[in-house]
Amino acid sequence: MKLDSKIPEGPLAEKWSKYKANQKLVNPANKRKLDIIVVGTGLAGASAAASFGEMGFNVKNFTIQDSPRRAHSIAAQGGINAAKNYPNDGDSVHRLFYDTVKGGDYRAREANVHRLAEVSNDIIDQCVAQGVPFAREYGGLLDNRSFGGAQVSRTFYAKGQTGQQLLIGAYQALMRQVNAGTVNLYTRTEIVDIVMVDGKARGVIARDLVTGEFQRHFGHAVVLATGGYGNTFFLSTNAMGSNGSAAIKAYQKGALFANPCFAQIHPTCIPVHGEFQSKLTLMSESLRNDGRIWVPKKKEDVDAIRAGKLKPKDIKEEDRDYYLERRYPAFGNLVPRDVASRAAKERCDAGFGVGATGLAVYLDFKSAIERLGEDAIRARYGNLFQMYEKIVDDNPYETPMMIYPAIHYTMGGIWVDYELQTTIPGLFAAGEANFSDHGANRLGASALMQGLADGYFVLPYTIQNYLADDISTPRMTGEEKEFVEAEKTAKDKFAKLLAIKGNRSVDSIHKELGLVMWDFVGMARTKEGLETAIEKIAAIKKEFYSNVRIPGSSEGMNVELEKASRLADFIEIGDLMARDALNREESCGGHFREEFQTEEGEAKRQDDKFAYAACWQYQGEEKAPELIKEDLTFEVVKVAQRNYK
Amino acid sequence: MENNINLTLKVWRQNGPKDKGRFETYKLEKVSTDSSFLEMMDILNEQLVNEGSEPVAFDHDCREGICGMCSLYINGRPHGPDDDVTTCQLHMRKFKDGETITIEPWRSAGFPVIKDLIVNRSAFDQIIAAGGYTSVSTGGVPDANAIPIPKDDADEAMDAASCIGCGACVATCKNGSAMLFVSAKVSHLALLPQGKVEAARRAKNMVAKMDELGFGNCTNTGACEVECPKSVSISNIARLNREFLKAKFQD
Ligand SMILES: Cc1cc2nc3c(=O)[nH]c(=O)nc-3n(C[C@H](O)[C@H](O)[C@H](O)COP(=O)(O)OP(=O)(O)OC[C@H]3O[C@@H](n4cnc5c(N)ncnc54)[C@H](O)[C@@H]3O)c2cc1C
Ligand code: SF4
Ligand code: FES
Repeated sequence: MKLDSKIPEGPLAEKWSKYKANQKLVNPANKRKLDIIVVGTGLAGASAAASFGEMGFNVKNFTIQDSPRRAHSIAAQGGINAAKNYPNDGDSVHRLFYDTVKGGDYRAREANVHRLAEVSNDIIDQCVAQGVPFAREYGGLLDNRSFGGAQVSRTFYAKGQTGQQLLIGAYQALMRQVNAGTVNLYTRTEIVDIVMVDGKARGVIARDLVTGEFQRHFGHAVVLATGGYGNTFFLSTNAMGSNGSAAIKAYQKGALFANPCFAQIHPTCIPVHGEFQSKLTLMSESLRNDGRIWVPKKKEDVDAIRAGKLKPKDIKEEDRDYYLERRYPAFGNLVPRDVASRAAKERCDAGFGVGATGLAVYLDFKSAIERLGEDAIRARYGNLFQMYEKIVDDNPYETPMMIYPAIHYTMGGIWVDYELQTTIPGLFAAGEANFSDHGANRLGASALMQGLADGYFVLPYTIQNYLADDISTPRMTGEEKEFVEAEKTAKDKFAKLLAIKGNRSVDSIHKELGLVMWDFVGMARTKEGLETAIEKIAAIKKEFYSNVRIPGSSEGMNVELEKASRLADFIEIGDLMARDALNREESCGGHFREEFQTEEGEAKRQDDKFAYAACWQYQGEEKAPELIKEDLTFEVVKVAQRNYK
Repeated sequence: MENNINLTLKVWRQNGPKDKGRFETYKLEKVSTDSSFLEMMDILNEQLVNEGSEPVAFDHDCREGICGMCSLYINGRPHGPDDDVTTCQLHMRKFKDGETITIEPWRSAGFPVIKDLIVNRSAFDQIIAAGGYTSVSTGGVPDANAIPIPKDDADEAMDAASCIGCGACVATCKNGSAMLFVSAKVSHLALLPQGKVEAARRAKNMVAKMDELGFGNCTNTGACEVECPKSVSISNIARLNREFLKAKFQD
C-alpha cells in the first residue's frame, strides 16, 4: 500500500488557501440530501457537528456520556494557543508553526501543522463570539500566559477551566443546531463498529447503553472524533470513559493506526497513592509559570522528609536542587513535557524522590507568593489549588505540591491525510483521535487548538471535497446486507464476552494491563522490556478471553459489559504501542528508548532511519500488523536536536 | 493521615425506570480514608462482581469535579457532606469508622431514574437547546479584541459559566426547580456584549422550556446555592428575573 498524504502543491504558507480555492463544494440543495455521522461530542466532534449542521448537512452526533457537554475535553485546564500576538512579544503564524514542529521533535507533517497555526486565530475569534469568558486584563482586552516549549505568551485561558468553557461554547453551538433540527443527537450511545459498503465507510453500528439495543445508522461520510487512548494504562489523567475503541474498529476495518507509541507523559500530576486508585489528577502545566520544581540536594534530607522528621519548608534554599532550572537555564521550569517528565524520573530513580513512595517531586509556589502575594496566585490557580487540597489534604499555599508524571495524551492515532481522511474513503478522524499534528510530543495548550481547528475550520471544507462526488448516492435504509451483517458481528462479540463467565472483574485485568504498560511501555523503554511487554500483553489477552466475569445480560444497562468491550480494544492498542515502540529504534519526544540517548541523557533521534510516521495495517486476528511508512520531509523547518538549554 | 475504616452502606437499587426500587445494605471493610467516595464505590462493585452479583450503576466520568456527570444523594445531601465539591471529589476522610452511609439517586420529577443511582438529566440539554447560546455560526465573526469587555464583567460571566450542569440544585430544591441552572446560563451570556443582544429572548425561551419539562417554581429557599458544588450564586436568579421581565415587556 502506498500512502498519499494529499499535501497540496506550492509554498507552505499558501497551501491551505490554494486548497480552499480549488476544492470541490456542495451546493445548498444537495447538502440537505447528505448525511454525516459524527462520533464524539468533544471539542473536535461538537465543533464539527455544529458547523456541518449550520452548513445544511444532516448530522447524526453520538456520545457515550449522558450529554455532549460531558466529553473529556471539559477537563482541560490550562489554555489554548493562538498566534494572535496580542502581547506583541514576537509571535506569528510562522513561529507557532515552528514551535509545534520542533516541540513534536520533528515527527509531524509540516503542511498540517502550518494550517493549524493559520486557523488558530479564527478559533479565538469564534469562541469570543460564542461568549467564551476568556480571562481579560483591566483594559478589557484578552490576557495571555505562557506554556511549555514556547518563549512567547500565546495561551488564552478561562481560569483553570479553559476546556470547560471552550466545550460549553461548542456544545451550545451544537444545541442550537439540535434545536434547528439539523443535528440529531444520540446520547449514551456507543459506536461499536463501522459499516463498509463497496470499500467506503457508509455508516455505523451503535449500541444504546441504556437499553442494550443495537442500531444501524447510515451516513454518506463518518467522522471519528472519539478522543485519545491514554486509558490503555488504566491510570491516566483521562476521564474514566475515554477509550480507543472506535479507533480500533477503524483499524480493523482497514484504516491505519499511526505512531501508536507516541504517548505523552505529563510531568505534573498528583502521585499514585494506593491500589484502590482509579485515576490520576493533572495539575495544569500553567502552574509551571509560577511554580518551581525541586527535590532536596542531600540524601539525608530526603530520608528525613520521608520519615516525616523534616518538612519541605525546613530545607534551606541552598540545599534544594531546582533541577530543571539547573539543567535547562533557557527554558527552566517551562521545558516541554517530555523533558520535564524524564527529568523527574531521573531524580527519583537516583533516590532523590520525596513522598511516601519516593516517586514524587515538589512544585513550590513560595517564591511566586512572596513576589506576587497569595491573592494573585489564588486568582490564577485557585480552583487547581482547591482540587489539590481536596485530594491530598495538604494546603499548597503553605507547603509545596507533590507531583509525579502520569500518562496524559496520545499523539498517535488514526492515520489521516491532509483532508483528515483515513485510508478508508469516507471515514475521517479529528481531534485527539487522529495522529495528525503533534508528532512525537504535543505542546501544552495545543490539543484544544487542534480539536477546534479540525472541527470548525478544516473538516467543513475538506469533507465537501469528498461529498461533492457523492451527491447522487441515495440514502441507505440500514436493511442492506452489509448493515445486517455488521450488526450481527457486533452482537456476537458482546455475546461472546458475556459467555466467558470467568472469575475476574474487568478492572482487575485492566489494572494488570496498565502496570505492564507503565513498567515497559512508559517513560523509558528498552528492546528487552518491549519484547517482554508484548508477551505479557498476549498473556493478558488470553486471561481476559478465558477468565473475565461480567454479571448481568446484554439487555438494559450493563456497565461491566461496556467496560469489558473497551478493555478488549485497549489490549489491542497496548500490543500496537509496544510493537511500534520496539520498531522505533530512536528516542524522540514522548518516546524514549534507553539505548538512544546523548551523554547528558537527552533523547537522541535517528533521522536517517526514522524520519517517518509508522503506520500499522491490520492483517487479521492473531496476525502481526504490517508496517507502512509515511516519509516526512521538511522543506521549511531546519531539523535539529531540540535544545532547551 | 491515612486510616482504614469499616462502613455500612445503604444503597438504592432499581432495575430500570419501571422497577419500584429498594435499599440494599452492604458491608465494606478497611476502606482507606485517602480514597475518594467513588473509589469506595469501585471497591464495593469489585466485591459485588467477585460474589457474582450485579454491581451498582452510578454516573461518573472525569472524577475531578468538572464534567458534572457524577451525582448521588449521600446522607441526605447532594454531593455529600463536604462543601463546594462534587461527589467525585469527596474523600472518605469525611466519614467515620463504623458509619452507615445512605446513598440515593437524585430524586426529582425532572430527572427520572434509569438504573440504580443513574438518572436522566437530558432535560438540561433541552433547556440549553431552547436558547442557551449566541446565534452565531462558524466563521465571519469579528476579531476577538474588537470589543473590549470590562474585566469585572468577564470574571462575573466566568463565575456563572462555571456551572457544570450536574443538577444538584434541582435535586435539593423542594420544588424541583431548575432556576439556578437556567439563571447561570442566562447570566453568563447576558453579562457579555456578545450575548447581551439576545438576552431577553433567551431568558423567555429557556424559562418556557423549563416549565414545559415539569420543573417546579422557584420560591427563593436558597437551598440550591448551598448545595451547588461550583458556588453558583443565587444572585443570578435575580438577573434572570430582570431579563425575563424585559422580555415580557417587549411582548
Ligand atoms: C486533565 C486534562 C487536561 C488537559 N488540558 C489541556 C489544556 O490545557 N490544553 C490543551 O490544549 N489540551 C489539554 N488537554 C488535552 C485535551 O483536553 C484533549 O486532547 C482534547 O480535549 C480531546 O478532544 P477530542 O474532541 O478529540 O476528544 P474528547 O473530548 O475526548 O471527546 C471524545 C468524544 O467521543 C465520544 N466517544 C468516544 N468513544 C465513543 C464511541 N465508541 N461511540 C460514541 N462516542 C464515543 C465521547 O463520548 C466524547 O464525546 C488536557 C487533557 C486532560 C486529560
Ligand atoms: S447551578 Fe450548580 S448545582 Fe446547579 S447544575 Fe450548575 S453546578 Fe450543578
Ligand atoms: S465525575 Fe466529573 S464531576 Fe464528578
